[in-house]
Amino acid sequence: MSRCDKLVDVGRRQFLRGSAFVAAGAATATIVAPVPARAAPGLALVDYPSTKLGNVKDLKANEPMDIAYPDEGSPGVLLKLGSAVEGGVGPDSDIVAFSVLCPHKGWQLAYNTADKSLNCPGHFSRFDCENGGQQIWGHATNNLPQFQLRVDEKGDIFADGVDELIYGRYSNVLAG
Amino acid sequence: MTYKRQVNRLPIVPADAKEHNVTCHYCIVGCGYKAYTWPINRQGTPSSNKFGVDLGQQQDMETPNWYAPSMYNVVRQDGKDVHLVVMPDHDCVVNSGLGSIRGARMAENRPSRTTGTQQQRLSDPLVWRNGTMQPTSWDDALDLVARVTARVITQGSEDDLVVSMFDHGGSAGGYENTWATGKLYFESMKVKNCRIHNRPAYNSEVHSTRDMGVDELNYAYKDYEMTDTIMVVGANPLETQTNLFLNHMVPGMRNGARFIMVDPRRSVTVNAAEQVAGAENVLHLAIKPGTDLALFNALLTEIVDKGWVDKDFIANSTFKEGVAQAQDAAHPAALGSLEYALEACRMSADQAAEICGVSADDIRKAAAWIAEPKDGKRRRCVTAYEKGIIWGNDNYRTIGGLVNIALATGNIGREGAGVCRLGGHQEGYFRPSDAHVGRPAAYVDQLLIGGGGKVHHIWANDHYKTTLNAAKFKRVHKRRADMVKDAMEAAASGTREQIVDAIVSALNAGGLFVVDVDIIRSQIGQNAHVLLPAVEANEMNLTSMNGERRLRLSEKYMDPYGNSKPDCLIAAGIAQNMERVLREMGQNDYADKFKGYDWKTEEDAFMDGYNKGNPEVTYERLRAMGNNGVQEPVTGFADGKLVGTERLYTDGRFTRHGREDGKALFCASTWRGWQAPGKEAEMAKYKYWINNGRANIFWQNQFLDQANDFVQDRYPFPFIEMNPEDMAELGVSAGALVEIYNDNGATQGMVYPTDTARKGEVMMLFGSPAGSQGNVINPGVNELVLPDYKHSWGNIRKIADAPATVKGTSFKSKEYKA
Repeated sequence: MSRCDKLVDVGRRQFLRGSAFVAAGAATATIVAPVPARAAPGLALVDYPSTKLGNVKDLKANEPMDIAYPDEGSPGVLLKLGSAVEGGVGPDSDIVAFSVLCPHKGWQLAYNTADKSLNCPGHFSRFDCENGGQQIWGHATNNLPQFQLRVDEKGDIFADGVDELIYGRYSNVLAG
Repeated sequence: MTYKRQVNRLPIVPADAKEHNVTCHYCIVGCGYKAYTWPINRQGTPSSNKFGVDLGQQQDMETPNWYAPSMYNVVRQDGKDVHLVVMPDHDCVVNSGLGSIRGARMAENRPSRTTGTQQQRLSDPLVWRNGTMQPTSWDDALDLVARVTARVITQGSEDDLVVSMFDHGGSAGGYENTWATGKLYFESMKVKNCRIHNRPAYNSEVHSTRDMGVDELNYAYKDYEMTDTIMVVGANPLETQTNLFLNHMVPGMRNGARFIMVDPRRSVTVNAAEQVAGAENVLHLAIKPGTDLALFNALLTEIVDKGWVDKDFIANSTFKEGVAQAQDAAHPAALGSLEYALEACRMSADQAAEICGVSADDIRKAAAWIAEPKDGKRRRCVTAYEKGIIWGNDNYRTIGGLVNIALATGNIGREGAGVCRLGGHQEGYFRPSDAHVGRPAAYVDQLLIGGGGKVHHIWANDHYKTTLNAAKFKRVHKRRADMVKDAMEAAASGTREQIVDAIVSALNAGGLFVVDVDIIRSQIGQNAHVLLPAVEANEMNLTSMNGERRLRLSEKYMDPYGNSKPDCLIAAGIAQNMERVLREMGQNDYADKFKGYDWKTEEDAFMDGYNKGNPEVTYERLRAMGNNGVQEPVTGFADGKLVGTERLYTDGRFTRHGREDGKALFCASTWRGWQAPGKEAEMAKYKYWINNGRANIFWQNQFLDQANDFVQDRYPFPFIEMNPEDMAELGVSAGALVEIYNDNGATQGMVYPTDTARKGEVMMLFGSPAGSQGNVINPGVNELVLPDYKHSWGNIRKIADAPATVKGTSFKSKEYKA
């Protein structure tokens, strides 16, 4: 196991959509018939924050960096794998990020540098960081949630979304 | 690119959602789950929900309050769409909230027209008409089944009706459905040409332990938690009895138990045991294939010679006077006293080391771990075995040889003991006597190959994936079925009577009329003339028991898909139509035998069968016992609860053989090398041993998982684990498609590099729809027609480099790496 304990700036948390919902609900409660009640339209998709995780120059090949996304309650790992992978970002198309809560029972995964896998000490499940978090072997019924990344012109790495439900959440962006 | 569901939020279970008890209908362990259903237009909220906690927050690890996307679906209940969540039950003692990769997908693997899952499920009866399978009514389909079947068994005999039927609990089966099919074929008729879902005859997989007086499921799962040694033989419980391993064996090791594994292959179970117990407390005896019995005989010899036997137990509970049962056609070994048996199977550790290819010191070490007294007290050992020896070399003697060790050490009927099969499906067997089938039973798949039988009734069997000599079986079965299809088409414009005449003519010319009852159109279902759609557990109420005999009622929470029905009611429908048709034929006495099927529900079938043998047990009482149920046998009902039996033989009396003296018998299990015909020659002829086994991600022969995107993304082709040196010699890389071939046939798979695989030994999946191992397995069986699926040898050649489909597939080691 090799796991970096450094937490980077998780960026400004954005829960604007949740608060807009509450405001609309409060407004409709005061409307009197016969004016038709009309709630503000809810969004079909979870609205993800754009969160800075680090900069490409902070990353060294095969040295995991602790991150959290979409908020501090959801630990993850930012990885420069050292060779390009599908979905990888950055100048070498090799930067990826994953949730480190095992989708099976929520144990924290540990990174194995030798074969670039995330391993669960609880029940022995393992996930392939070079292949979109595919479960190599294990008990989870989904592959590992991967954080969608974007790199700007300054080399700052941002997370913009998640492709599976994070363990322990009914909404990847907490409802509040 | 790896499959992702792109789900980022899920409905919250409302506080007033309906709650249903569910026993996972897949493996033998039978984990408890809770199903929640609620109206489609409602939902809970973070602050008001079924779990009474704030679901707006991140839930902790191991939380009982969260479910994964695979545990959700939209299904029909009482004709309306409802939300469905099926999540592990933290209060069930079997799994304590753990879900396996199979069971935790139960909801997702439900048929749903709303979400599009499992659209392969059969919704209506289908009959071969005009060159294709056409949907029809139950009345029409059952009329054809009854007319052809009645004609054949009255013109010939019931021996012309061949029946392949499940005998288990869980997904198909259960006490309701085994009773109904058993009543039809063993009471209304006396069908002797029948076979069970996974093997070519109607027989026990563990005849010898039963003949020795020891039922094969005699312990409680908690015995693993209070033992000194866990010995696993020919099994891979982390993958195939997942939560038995995680929730009972792991705690046992954490309590100090050592772990012995007997298996030629290093599986993930061995690796996990090493992680938990420490490598110094794990002994993997990686014997040569098929040599288990030599090892067991040496262990028994060592234990006796060292004086580590349980003398009181042997004196009080085992037979003393030489031979109790001579070897004969029904008993592939004699049975009797320890002294007598030991004379027949005596083998030194050095001799066994030579045969088994492991060191004599390791054999002695295993004997000490099993039986050497610890702190002056008897050492406790739980022994578990499964298909490695059940479907292995010399089934009868090998299982007998293993049970010998448990008997000699007094490790049955006590805390921290037991010698048990681990099991595949759950159990749910309740049928009229099968004595007329005989022992040895008919080798039914060979009978069909040889042109025997005219009508073939199939209940949730797929011989295409689960027989041996499968390549030949498929060719013949298809040819015989096609003769009937052609005859039906030629008579298409005729009346029902004329079509039946045409069918019977084709049968008399060597054809086979095939009726297939299943939930999907299976591979053998391609040969069917009538397909009858059945349901699974929870689309009906279903009772079954797990590997520690824990009986539960798994409750119905959704409607049958389309017009499908429970197997028990299909069997009743066949019986009622048989009665009607036989009466029309003027065969009133015969027709009378098909009375007694006026069941409206599966509960009626349960009361007609299981309840008559176990009057204390009713649906209402089982429902009250919840997901912890009651361990069979049920002995009474007191204080509003069913009273069960935690473990068998606590009184030291052994009864499974039916002997009145209650004495267990030892097995004179002399080692005789390869038992089944043709195995030794095949081993000499070919380069690779073709082992086969299971993977945790698939349930059984993948009948549902073949339509599950998460599963198929992981393994687009069935894998074949192969040593990297073998790969280099064959010129193949990870993901390449290869063909395995020998004199029996050929099959194929995808190369999965496996550094722990021994050179010259590959392991492929059993029962895969996309590469049947049965094609390359010779017809050799034991004296009681138990197949030796595990021993096949072949050569391997490359078909293709890794296809594009394999691009998103990981080929890393399956072993957990800390």
